[in-house]
Amino acid sequence: MYKIIHKTEYSYNHPVNLCYNEARLTPRSFVYQDCTDSQFVVEPKPKECRERQDFFGNTVYYFTIQRPHNQLTVTVTSHVDVRGREQQRDFAEHLSWEAAHQQLHTDLNPEILEIRQYILNSPMIPMMPELHAYAEKSFIKDRPLLDAVEDLSTRLYTDFTYDLDFTTIATPLDDVIKHRRGVCQDFAHLGIGCLRALGFAARYVSGYIETEPPPDKAPLSGADASHAWFSVYLPQLGWVDFDPTNNQIPADRHITIAWGRDYADVTPLKGVVFGSGTHKLSVSVDCKRENF
Amino acid sequence: MRLQSINSPDRTARNFKKVIGDSYHNTKSADQQIDEMLSPDRQINPHWHDFMKALDTLGLAEMESRHKEVQRLLRENGVTYVVHGEQQGHRPWELDPIPLIISKTDWETISDGLTQRAELLNLILMDLYGERRLIKDGLIPPEVIYAHAGFLRTCVGITPTESRFLVNYAADLARGPDGRMWVLGDRTQAPSGAGYALENRTALARALPNFFGEVGVHRLSFFFRSLQNSVLDLSPQYEFGQLESATRIAQHRTDNPHVVVLTPGPLNETYFEHAYIANYLGYTLVQGDDLTVWDGRVWLKSLDGLRPVDIILRRVDDVFCDPLELRQDSRLGVAGLLEAIRQKNVIVINPLGSGVLDNPGLMPFLPNIAKHLMGEDLRLPSVATWWCGQPKQRDYVLANLKQLVIKPIYRQPGGRPLFGTELSDAELDTLRSQINAEPHRYVGQEHIRFSTTPSLIAGKLEPRRAILRSFLFAEKDGYAVMPGGLTRCEGETEKLTVSIQGGGVSKDTWILAPEPEPHISLWQQRTGRVQTAGASEGLSSRAAENLFWVGRYAERAEGHARLLRIMLDKAKMGKMGLETSRLGQGSPSTLFTETFGDDAREVSELTYLRSMLRALTGLTSSHPSFANKSEQLLESELLSIMLDTENSGSLVSTLQALVSAAYAVRDRWSTDTWRVMNNIENLCSTLEKSIPKDRDAGTQILTDLVLQEVELASLDQLMIFLSALSGLNAESMTQTIGWMSLDMGRRIERALLLIVLCRSSLVAVQDEWIEDLLLESVLAAAECLITYRSRYRSALHFPTVLELLLLDEDNPRSLRYQLKRLEEQIRVLPREKLGYRLSDEEQLILEALTQLQLSNTIDLAERSEHTTQRTGLEKLLVRLAQILIDLSDVLTHTYFSHIQRPQQLITTDNL
Repeated sequence: MYKIIHKTEYSYNHPVNLCYNEARLTPRSFVYQDCTDSQFVVEPKPKECRERQDFFGNTVYYFTIQRPHNQLTVTVTSHVDVRGREQQRDFAEHLSWEAAHQQLHTDLNPEILEIRQYILNSPMIPMMPELHAYAEKSFIKDRPLLDAVEDLSTRLYTDFTYDLDFTTIATPLDDVIKHRRGVCQDFAHLGIGCLRALGFAARYVSGYIETEPPPDKAPLSGADASHAWFSVYLPQLGWVDFDPTNNQIPADRHITIAWGRDYADVTPLKGVVFGSGTHKLSVSVDCKRENF
Repeated sequence: MRLQSINSPDRTARNFKKVIGDSYHNTKSADQQIDEMLSPDRQINPHWHDFMKALDTLGLAEMESRHKEVQRLLRENGVTYVVHGEQQGHRPWELDPIPLIISKTDWETISDGLTQRAELLNLILMDLYGERRLIKDGLIPPEVIYAHAGFLRTCVGITPTESRFLVNYAADLARGPDGRMWVLGDRTQAPSGAGYALENRTALARALPNFFGEVGVHRLSFFFRSLQNSVLDLSPQYEFGQLESATRIAQHRTDNPHVVVLTPGPLNETYFEHAYIANYLGYTLVQGDDLTVWDGRVWLKSLDGLRPVDIILRRVDDVFCDPLELRQDSRLGVAGLLEAIRQKNVIVINPLGSGVLDNPGLMPFLPNIAKHLMGEDLRLPSVATWWCGQPKQRDYVLANLKQLVIKPIYRQPGGRPLFGTELSDAELDTLRSQINAEPHRYVGQEHIRFSTTPSLIAGKLEPRRAILRSFLFAEKDGYAVMPGGLTRCEGETEKLTVSIQGGGVSKDTWILAPEPEPHISLWQQRTGRVQTAGASEGLSSRAAENLFWVGRYAERAEGHARLLRIMLDKAKMGKMGLETSRLGQGSPSTLFTETFGDDAREVSELTYLRSMLRALTGLTSSHPSFANKSEQLLESELLSIMLDTENSGSLVSTLQALVSAAYAVRDRWSTDTWRVMNNIENLCSTLEKSIPKDRDAGTQILTDLVLQEVELASLDQLMIFLSALSGLNAESMTQTIGWMSLDMGRRIERALLLIVLCRSSLVAVQDEWIEDLLLESVLAAAECLITYRSRYRSALHFPTVLELLLLDEDNPRSLRYQLKRLEEQIRVLPREKLGYRLSDEEQLILEALTQLQLSNTIDLAERSEHTTQRTGLEKLLVRLAQILIDLSDVLTHTYFSHIQRPQQLITTDNL
């Protein structure tokens, strides 16, 4: 069981009169985790707030503030019960990437037809020949799909430098490729782009990782804010997650908030504000195991 | 009664040789091109007989002159199409006077097929934004939808309250070689063209009135009437409690919905139509910035506060409609709109996301979907289409690239289909690799040789290929099809694209009616639905601000032109010897010359000119001023002040600003007003062209010519147009808040002009005869000369002139009069009560009036001690000018600028 406190604070140098926001900060409940509780506290108090499920099944928290304010604080406190997923791999251990590819593209099973949208480009992950060339090397003949993806994830971890100062959300993927450095979001986008270039379905996952590691384990990168990784679809088995930033297969130290085609689908907090100034942002995440 | 003589032998025997000529028959017969007018054996089709008979009677020469008449009407009505690219600007709409004629039975088949297609597309749309069974059941390949940028995931799950999701639908049709109409493309986003079709009909009905008597043609007004009614039926049904906050701000009834037309603005290619449709249907024309979402509802920012909006007819593409959930860089939408739609607090037509149907990738699958969903065969065929997402189809397209038309499934704004035959080998290779890289994004379509129809080209009938755009609108029990449409035909033969952007010509479309139809008026509302818009008449703050500036610019141009005319007159006179003031006492000029000699006269002449030029400079804010320039340069400077577009204070620049402010509130003007505005625009471009390009060489010669001939005449003309505009504004606009904004603009500007005029020519004390000359010019420039003459019948007397110009309450040109009018209008402006405290604008106008009333003309006319200035007059004028400028700012700030630019919050918290 984890307790996560995620605090986002915007300070404006001129008052903002009106703002409209969408937050995707409520952890999902699905087969590997249960979000037992998630509370939003927005300061100043919103005039309107509503929750809905988006296309991908993520919870969206919509709120508006209709009076002048100099600061906006969004604090989300969640409790999530994470189940291990070690057993996941056993099933599809031997499904070759060629067979998986074949099934994905020809099977008329309704679930697979829906999944096919994750093979296509998405707003932040355009088609790039470099990605195809890079990915190919991991896909040697008859290799099980999972092995190939694991290899790809490891190569990304090795070939690219985790660099907090290099990218912003506006850094295009080809810059990341050119300079071989980026943050977790870029690592995730790279992995997705590589898989899609070869015709596989891949999606983006936003979430948290444990901020204070257990005594016997090393701290993970990206622990001070929300994290991101990718997921690949295996016919018959479903989605399997990979964290190329930490060269890990998420087990019980990753907490999922939301998933979509890329970052744009799951932006943790976005908003349109009416006011004439600039703003400063600070974010803090505290994600700890709770003992009962 | 009209004779139904289609089968009479004398008709069928006639070939209307005189009108048609042999060339028409011969042009295309070789390759067996289908023609709308001719049967396969090259006889006139029966449904063209009545028209051809009427044309025969009229004669082609007369038709050609009617054609000119049509073009003139369209130009005068300001029917334009904005062209992007090389030749930017508003292009006049081209209409060929020969309509496309469709027989009654043919139309029944077509409209039946269109209705079925609309129903089918509607079902597909409901499914795509609901369960998406069509994808899961394998009827539509997932990529056709998921790779189409018009599929908006954020809109999934929003179910419409109305029975139909697809409300507004248009289809492009052309007749194929088999004689059937084929669908070339579907328009489901915010289809344009219905307004142009209506305008085409209006213009043609005026130019060819008896043709409509001879040939029975379906009227278009029924369609718009049913559209209005359908819109009323869509009115959102608010649940109890939802209206609570709404009623607090404005009285609101749902059976009287507030409908707005959302336009991207004057730069959009079909902006004319947005304004035209809004005006015709009685809806408010708005831009995204005019709307705001508050408490989950959409409101119009109007002069008297927020007014609820119930229905939005959008002409903005859906991805631009909400910067929060859709394209973040959009400046055309309304933040929070989607959430308001989800709450069912507003209805948007067409619903956001409907653009996914504007998708040729769907075409090959429609026949199966029709069977699956409706149990019917498709009654109107689509043009043969191969979606490249399927391997076999892709291979076929790649192998036959040269014979096909290639389209992306998602049409980028401004994107055009590619015709294989037009492409070079290199271009074909590029296209091939694009298709191979992402085959699911492309379709190949058969390049059909669709039918030709007679068009009037250089006085002769010639066959031209044509495409018909048909319009449908959802009704309670189905779809209403416009009995007509917008036909577009190629400008030159064998041009492959038939589009208005690409230089095509439009046509009216006549659907033959068995009996003449009664005229109906859109004013006949259904019982119990009286529409009242309230005090602000749905006027947005933006529209009010534009009206205010129309007022200011019109007045500025008028004052400017009047002064220029006086100056040019005098400059011309100057060459013949300075004219004496006609009202001046005796003949100061002669006396003066006798006394002081010619040199002195020349100096004084310059003094006079300088004073007047100072006025002109002040008026046009075109610094550096004329001071210390040689006389020769003065004239070219005058020209620049009049014509130079780079000089922001020039007359031409003012006129341009006037036209663009007027254009931004296009829907507010009557046809007559718009004609005047058009004349002003035309004159403005004529003036602009007349400026000598090379300023240094030969300026003098040109200047003389221009000065004497062209300019004075155009200034006279301009004055007439501006007076007509002012007259129409005063007499033909309802005196509600929109008119008040315009009038306040006029008053403020007129007062400011008067002040500038007085300051620059009356403050300095001059020789008496020069002063007379100046007084006369100022009176003329202020349009008070006649009043002065008739009222005082006396010589010019400084205090009396000041009295008339500044203090006279009855002179509609006096400063006092302008201030009084402003005071009246400011009093009734909507505002919150502030107790006993006066609002800023009330304080300002009160101060101005008081200052003016406390002054006395005798004192003002007095020269101050030890100076050559009338300091009292100067002080008063400076203060009043400042007050007026402040007043304009306060009005802008309080009433107009409710518009704040949205910005995105940037989140870089992701590690």
